[in-house]
Amino acid sequence: MSLAALRADFEGFEGTPADLIPVLQRIQVLHGFISKDSVHLISRWLKISENEIYGVATFFAQFRFKRPGDHVIKVCLGTACHVRGGEQILDVFRRRLGIQPGEATPDGMYQLERVACLGCCALAPVLSLDDKVHGQTSVLQVRDLLGGREPSEDS
Amino acid sequence: MREWERLRNSSHPVIYVGAASCGLAAGADEVIEAIERYLSAGKRRADIIRVGCIGPCYLEPLVDVQMPGMPRISYSNLSPARVTDLLESFFDKNEVFQRRLVGHFGDSGFDGIPRFFDHPMLARQVRIVLRNCGIVDPENADHYLARGGYAALESCLSLSWRQVLDVVKDSGLRGRGGAGFPTWRKWLICRETESDKRFLICNADEGDPGAFMNRSLIEGDPHAVLEGMLIAGYTIGASAGYVYIRAEYPLAIRRLRTAIAQMREMGLLGDRILGSDFSFDIKLKEGAGAFVCGEETALIASIEGKRGMPRTRPPFPAVEGLWGKPTIINNVETLGALPNIVRNGPGWFSQYGTESSKGTKTFSLVGRVRRTGLIEVPLGTSLRTVIDDVGGGVIKGFKAVQTGGPSGGCLGEEFLDSPIDYDALAAAGSIMGSGGLIVLDRNTCIIDTAKYFLNFTQAESCGKCVPCRVGTRHLVDILERISRGQGEISDLDKLERLARTIKGGALCGLGQTAPNPVLTALKYFRTEFLAHIVEKRCPAAVCRDLVVYRIIKDKCTGCQRCVQVCPTEAISGPRSEPHNLDMTKCIKCRSCYEICRFDAIAGDAIVIESGV
Ligand SMILES: Cc1cc2nc3c(=O)[nH]c(=O)nc-3n(C[C@H](O)[C@H](O)[C@H](O)COP(=O)(O)O)c2cc1C
Ligand code: FES
Repeated sequence: MSLAALRADFEGFEGTPADLIPVLQRIQVLHGFISKDSVHLISRWLKISENEIYGVATFFAQFRFKRPGDHVIKVCLGTACHVRGGEQILDVFRRRLGIQPGEATPDGMYQLERVACLGCCALAPVLSLDDKVHGQTSVLQVRDLLGGREPSEDS
Repeated sequence: MREWERLRNSSHPVIYVGAASCGLAAGADEVIEAIERYLSAGKRRADIIRVGCIGPCYLEPLVDVQMPGMPRISYSNLSPARVTDLLESFFDKNEVFQRRLVGHFGDSGFDGIPRFFDHPMLARQVRIVLRNCGIVDPENADHYLARGGYAALESCLSLSWRQVLDVVKDSGLRGRGGAGFPTWRKWLICRETESDKRFLICNADEGDPGAFMNRSLIEGDPHAVLEGMLIAGYTIGASAGYVYIRAEYPLAIRRLRTAIAQMREMGLLGDRILGSDFSFDIKLKEGAGAFVCGEETALIASIEGKRGMPRTRPPFPAVEGLWGKPTIINNVETLGALPNIVRNGPGWFSQYGTESSKGTKTFSLVGRVRRTGLIEVPLGTSLRTVIDDVGGGVIKGFKAVQTGGPSGGCLGEEFLDSPIDYDALAAAGSIMGSGGLIVLDRNTCIIDTAKYFLNFTQAESCGKCVPCRVGTRHLVDILERISRGQGEISDLDKLERLARTIKGGALCGLGQTAPNPVLTALKYFRTEFLAHIVEKRCPAAVCRDLVVYRIIKDKCTGCQRCVQVCPTEAISGPRSEPHNLDMTKCIKCRSCYEICRFDAIAGDAIVIESGV
């Protein structure tokens, strides 16, 4: 990616330091994560040091610095989901996929995330697979969602 | 306008589907597809309107059918197959479908069908802020206008800012974002601070995990919040407004974008709005996933492109806020209440509520209660009314209700008859917060809940001040120990002392209130701590290190379903014979328990026990 290409993605932005967070958000939407290269380019464009950019980006839970898996699973661990068994659901995903939250499966198929609340608390426990939110889920539904995927060996 | 009238008296059928985030999570999209399939197969004509959340989320997906000459009739928990049955009944047989019927929206009786708003979850509610949610098409500005939308703005523009301020003052409105600060007072400070520019920020960060009132209001009636922003902006003399909204709410963000574009088209944004001297613009800012950014000074830092760290106050944002200019931050619901207050007058609003807390408040009623969803009740309503009458009671016996999220506390039985208002909750050691009401039953462990909240605040602590960063870590460690059965009696004093130190020493509201869940738990549920510490027992059978799983041989039919779900092959046994559970392999993941309860064939043969 070049500075010119970056600028093309960012028409409508003023290019001031206050744009930093929206710019990072847009990069993540476009590329799935914040790469070293993009930080370098943003640094030159917005005239903010790379250190400072990482300082801001790592502060917020939203930003990822590694390429995510193709399908993103988010398990809600908000209060309503916690008291309705959200931890168990995360646990089953963890074991079935053999990864921890924040990681992708080695084949790059799935990304596992824990989130604070998906806003559907009345239907707890809640999880989302890509853009689709599922309410009133259960440990059993995990199996259906993952299709025939076998539990990971090393769990 | 015309469009709304056309719908209400439509000469062809109208089908309304609850398609807010909660409806979609329950399967509204699939239901809509089934409706479309049915209509196109029979070449039938009907309007399908996607409405917001009307409140009883546990009934989702909700579909209302309005046939010509009939009131709108609502049905619950529909699957694609059942919605097809429903349509066949209305369209093919000309009969009112009788199953899954919730009620109709007419004023008087209809065919022996109850009124929707007489449903037990709705009967005790007073819907002011939520008046349009689930009723109108949130993407159609005409619907909002037809229900009196932007009339309040128009009348404000013909008043002086002081007159509008007086209306808000007389209404008694207090901030709905947590602290309950009188709205007019903070506005006045801002307005009277000399400056060339002032800003308004709508706080839609809704960080309390387990609360979704703000999301629902924005998804269901975005224009109400935006009209409120115009009224607030006019009164404080602001030239620009921001909506700071959390990124986890994609549908709400989309609805706001649509609504803002509609406002621009109608001349409700930009220069000289509706021909007045008032110019105002609104921008969206997406949050990036930090709880602390709901705090005003951290929120401002994050809009300025910095890390979301709070700073000491004063100066308060009303004096020195965004870009150093006087700034008012108001919660979504505070702003959403304004058009109603202006339209109906302050006295009408203040007829509801208590001496110190006027009006109504929305709550997300969730957790271990039967009817979960979004509700709005007059302030001063008792917790018992909300939990039993509105919520239909608790699943496995009431234990506590958690208010105020991570900044609030757990209140037990003795508080059920207290009124919900700012002062009563604060006196009990909790807070009103933004409106999360999480009901806990005998199957929830108080220590686990306190640990949950402290883990949350610990992870979300921005790290700037030591009491919050280090203190919450210690609280978590002690709670962790207790939940493993390794606690000591002296831990109770340690928790208490540490909690008080954090409360007194933290820099911002996050740290100052973070100990509340522990302090209330210690105060009202001491015996449960003692059970963990002295008897090494978790009465709710939640804390993993203190429970065992057991198969009751007499009840086990040998259906093998638990064998299939067990991730560690801890359960074994041939078909049709009682299974064996190898405790050395069991990781207590609960999968077997869930599947055993799930299906009557399996017959409740797996139990989780503590201290037996
Ligand atoms: C840690 C923390 C998180 C907060 N989160 C929110 C929030 O998500 N939404 C909100 O409206 N207010 C939140 N507040 C309160 C705001 O700082 C502020 O008081 C409020 O938005 C003011 O609006 P109001 O006067 O209309 O209530 C939070 C406060 C703290 C200390
Ligand atoms: S707590 Fe899980 S969706 Fe809100």
